[in-house]
Amino acid sequence: MLPAQGSHFAGEVDFIYMGLFWLSVVLFLGITGMAVWCCIRFRYKPGRATPHITHNTVLEIVWSVLPLVLCIAIFFWGVDGFMKFSVAPGDALEIQVTAKKWLWQFEYPDGSRTINDLHIPVNKPVRFIMTSEDVLHDFFVPTMRVKNDIIPNRYTEVWFTPTVLGPHHVTCAEYCGKGHSDMQAKLTVETDAEFKKFLETGGTEWEDYRGKPAEWGKLQWDRKGCATCHSLDGKRGQGPSWKGIWGKKEKLQDGSEVLVDENYVRESMMLPQAKIVAGFDPIMPTFQGLLREHEIQGLIAFIKSLGDNPGGGPPAPTTLSLPEPSKQESKK
Amino acid sequence: MSSTVDAHAHGHAVDAHAHGHGDPHHQHHFATMEQQFDTSKIGMWLFLATEVLLFGGLFVGYGLMQGKYPKEFFEAHHHLQRGFGALNTVVLLFSSWSMVMAVYSAQKSDRRKQVIYLLITIVCAFIFLGVKYFEYSHKYHDGLLPAKFYNPHHGVLPQGNGYATFFSFYFMMTGLHGIHIVAGIGLLTWILMRARRGEFSATYFTPVDLVGLYWHLVDLIWIYLFPLFYLIS
Amino acid sequence: MEHALTTGKIVADKPRPAKNYLNETSGIWSWMTTVDHKRLGIMYLVGVLSAFLVGGIFALLIRLSLLTPSHTLFGKQLLTAEAYNKVFTLHGVIMVFLFIIPSVPAALGNFCLPLMLGAKDVAFPRLNLASFYLWLTGAIMAITSMVLGGVDTGWTFYTPYSTSTGGTVGLMTMSVFVLGFSSIFTGINFVSTVHKLRAPGMGWFEMPLFVWGIYATGVIQVLATPVIGITMVLLLLERVFLIGIFDPRIGGDPVLFQHFFWFYSHPAVYIMILPGMAIISEIIPTFSRKTMFGYRAIAYSSVGLALLGFVVWGHHMFVAGQSQLATVIFSFLTFLVAIPSGVKVFNWLSTMYKGNISLETPMCYAVSFLLLFAIGGLTGIFLGTLSVDVHLTDTYFVVAHFHYVMMGGTVIAFIGGLHYWWPKMTGRMYNETWGRIACSLVFIGFNMTFLTQFILGSRGMPRRYANYLDQFQPLHAFSTVGSWVLGLGLFITAGYLLASLRKPMDAPDNPWGGTTLEWKTSSPPITHNFEEQPVLERAPYDYRPEVTHV
Repeated sequence: MLPAQGSHFAGEVDFIYMGLFWLSVVLFLGITGMAVWCCIRFRYKPGRATPHITHNTVLEIVWSVLPLVLCIAIFFWGVDGFMKFSVAPGDALEIQVTAKKWLWQFEYPDGSRTINDLHIPVNKPVRFIMTSEDVLHDFFVPTMRVKNDIIPNRYTEVWFTPTVLGPHHVTCAEYCGKGHSDMQAKLTVETDAEFKKFLETGGTEWEDYRGKPAEWGKLQWDRKGCATCHSLDGKRGQGPSWKGIWGKKEKLQDGSEVLVDENYVRESMMLPQAKIVAGFDPIMPTFQGLLREHEIQGLIAFIKSLGDNPGGGPPAPTTLSLPEPSKQESKK
Repeated sequence: MSSTVDAHAHGHAVDAHAHGHGDPHHQHHFATMEQQFDTSKIGMWLFLATEVLLFGGLFVGYGLMQGKYPKEFFEAHHHLQRGFGALNTVVLLFSSWSMVMAVYSAQKSDRRKQVIYLLITIVCAFIFLGVKYFEYSHKYHDGLLPAKFYNPHHGVLPQGNGYATFFSFYFMMTGLHGIHIVAGIGLLTWILMRARRGEFSATYFTPVDLVGLYWHLVDLIWIYLFPLFYLIS
Repeated sequence: MEHALTTGKIVADKPRPAKNYLNETSGIWSWMTTVDHKRLGIMYLVGVLSAFLVGGIFALLIRLSLLTPSHTLFGKQLLTAEAYNKVFTLHGVIMVFLFIIPSVPAALGNFCLPLMLGAKDVAFPRLNLASFYLWLTGAIMAITSMVLGGVDTGWTFYTPYSTSTGGTVGLMTMSVFVLGFSSIFTGINFVSTVHKLRAPGMGWFEMPLFVWGIYATGVIQVLATPVIGITMVLLLLERVFLIGIFDPRIGGDPVLFQHFFWFYSHPAVYIMILPGMAIISEIIPTFSRKTMFGYRAIAYSSVGLALLGFVVWGHHMFVAGQSQLATVIFSFLTFLVAIPSGVKVFNWLSTMYKGNISLETPMCYAVSFLLLFAIGGLTGIFLGTLSVDVHLTDTYFVVAHFHYVMMGGTVIAFIGGLHYWWPKMTGRMYNETWGRIACSLVFIGFNMTFLTQFILGSRGMPRRYANYLDQFQPLHAFSTVGSWVLGLGLFITAGYLLASLRKPMDAPDNPWGGTTLEWKTSSPPITHNFEEQPVLERAPYDYRPEVTHV
């Protein structure tokens, strides 16, 4: 009934949940049993008189006081856990969370940033300081049993200590519009060493994609939030589909035209408001500081690979070399 | 309908003035005029409770916003005209007195006095609205308008959310109150016309009484609005 | 005519009057200008049931869309995400404001309250007509809002999404404002009626328990509804004029909106459940042929729920960013408010104990209510427990909880009450066999639809999602199939009830052997309710053989 336990709170929360569950089962079976038994045992017989029982003071007091005592006990039980979750330890790792329609931006202590891709070290408390750039969102990690609303112009917090390595799921739990159901992030709980590596280079994963920049680009399309608005099959989303756009002469909102080449693609990621394609809204957020250089190159290669536009433009190069691994660029 | 049944299950004495079915105002589902009158009063009080809660929401909102922007609210309120506000307070208090006198005159079956006192009340209401018009124009002149229209003329007050919010609340609350005054004028005029026709007397003065209750509430709300906006320190 | 349902005494029916409230005057104008509480009750009934139909169709659409994780059906997209968001918003707005809140008080309450009190009408019949036209106006405004594009904010209109999104938010919020006044006027009317129009001999503790429930509801309607009124006005002003109260871009506070909203909307759920509980308090003693156990406890707990209901609104906001102190206080008060509901359940069960129980359709619904409301109430405990709520709030667990109390509670009670008073209102009996079949389908379908949602929520499925992770599909699919069973049960109910109207009017005055005053007049009643002013000789629910009337 409950997801896997991923944090040090989860056990406690689940214990109370299961306690309440069994209490509810017992009470429910009691009520149902009583009702069904009465319907059978006291079923209608014509002419049978019923006793005129108007009340029973002792019984009524007992069944008011006993539940009251039980409820108060449960209340304290709930408050106890809640208070423990509210105050993060002083040495917790701090991660800034910025939620915006409809993606998650995470900023680590060294200034590096990721989108929809959260990495934290295992068995160390992590404190999330969260704000929204637009409407209400909510940071919900089911396996960690934490949740809190994210409010624009304000900071709210959540903390936990992850205890289980591997992938977990972050999902938005406050309705925020069209992309609400798609606002997910992947949480990776990893060892200290892996976490350090991640911060330096955004992880070692991309090395597996040397020589395959378009495949690497496709991974970024999926993970960085591009997929939320740009389809690959020609279907119109909030942004233009990437199918067949490479080399196309794109018509812009102001009536002018632009060639879809490396520069245009890069500019669209960094300064998305500079050139808006006709018929679309200026709602794309900037990815300045959010994409590493090799990720940008990968995306460019990927878009090229989706089909040249037969109308014109330079042919796609057959290879693209990725730069040597280095510290991330464009850090704020 | 049985005429021998005493409709007062909880025991008050039947009013010596109560008529039976002869009174044209007697509605069929009430046993006596007294029952009808008592019930109308309860209904009116319940309606007034809803008005208190309606304004209450705004008062709470104002209080919280003031807590958020104490400096801006304090500065902004200096631009309200205390003199006019105080004048309006006196005018409304006076009109409440004249309303009480109108009800009393109706109870005493004095047609002439009812009409005079109702007229005085209506005149006071118009004076109130007139003073409000002067106040509002003064704000308009200075650009001190609510919400997105807030655009203070040079040097009057700074731009800023807190200031705009103050004027939003000022106009919303005095505006809603003003709408209630206008509705009150409508009700008073209607009662005045019926009073002139001699409809109200010791045996039937319910509408005057109920409109009186409404009017007192409208006055009372102003009594809270005035210090809240004009006199904060 | 012998009534097998009484305690064996033969009660001779008075001859059926030729004219009753339905046929005394005819023509649409006589209905449109009626001030007869019974006709108004019928008009409201038609209105709220139509709203229920529309809201229900939206629900089926939602469930159909959720059959697959990416809201497609046979490869085709059934609803886009935006359309889905509008559909769940409209489902909520229609069900809450157009259907549930007016349902029991305005339809059944209007019909039965004066009859039960031995009165000729409510205190303010013309105000009653005004309430109806306000409801109708609000309904037209809501429908217009839908036709003009609809709203996608959720029925809770949280800011700043609601102050910045497109759509006809203004018209929808004003429709809620108008509907609010309909509710307020009904509350004023009923509270005044209970205070002043009781029959001679009927003190407060000789009133039927349905009246206590309607009375407590009326108190809430009067005190709470103005706050949603002003909240909707403020929301509209914020949206159009940017007053700066709820939108953080201009210095406002979105959490303040939530406080304003829930200050009404929590008491509103007591407006929904108290009348439902009030119906159950009528049905159980009647079909158990036994006096109500703990009459005073039921009466006091109704008023207790009404009052306590005003101080727990923050339990909708435990993770919304309110202060910790507020959160703890609201949790505590929420546990207190659980007690009066529990007391009622125990009293109802005690009434059944040693009763003489027959399971006609109203009683089937009453027993269903006991079970379903128990689940609803118990799952409320989970949500009131702070550490557990953090995990469960904003998930399907909450959706399941409120459907159990609102639908498993109020709607089930409403349908039970509709059957109970059907002969009184229409002069006809419905088909009892179909009634029980439909009740079973409704009960089974309802549980299939919503019990699985507790599991979905516990496993982390958030609410208001158009698509979801693949792992949730089996439970969603089961829930959708359940919705079809539920829908079938409800359609069958509508079918046999409507079919009964083609039969001749032959229902007895008192088919169930009830002891309250509405059963002392004909079915259907005459326009003025009673031939002579009834005088109450003894308290209701008295089934002692020596007092059962001959």
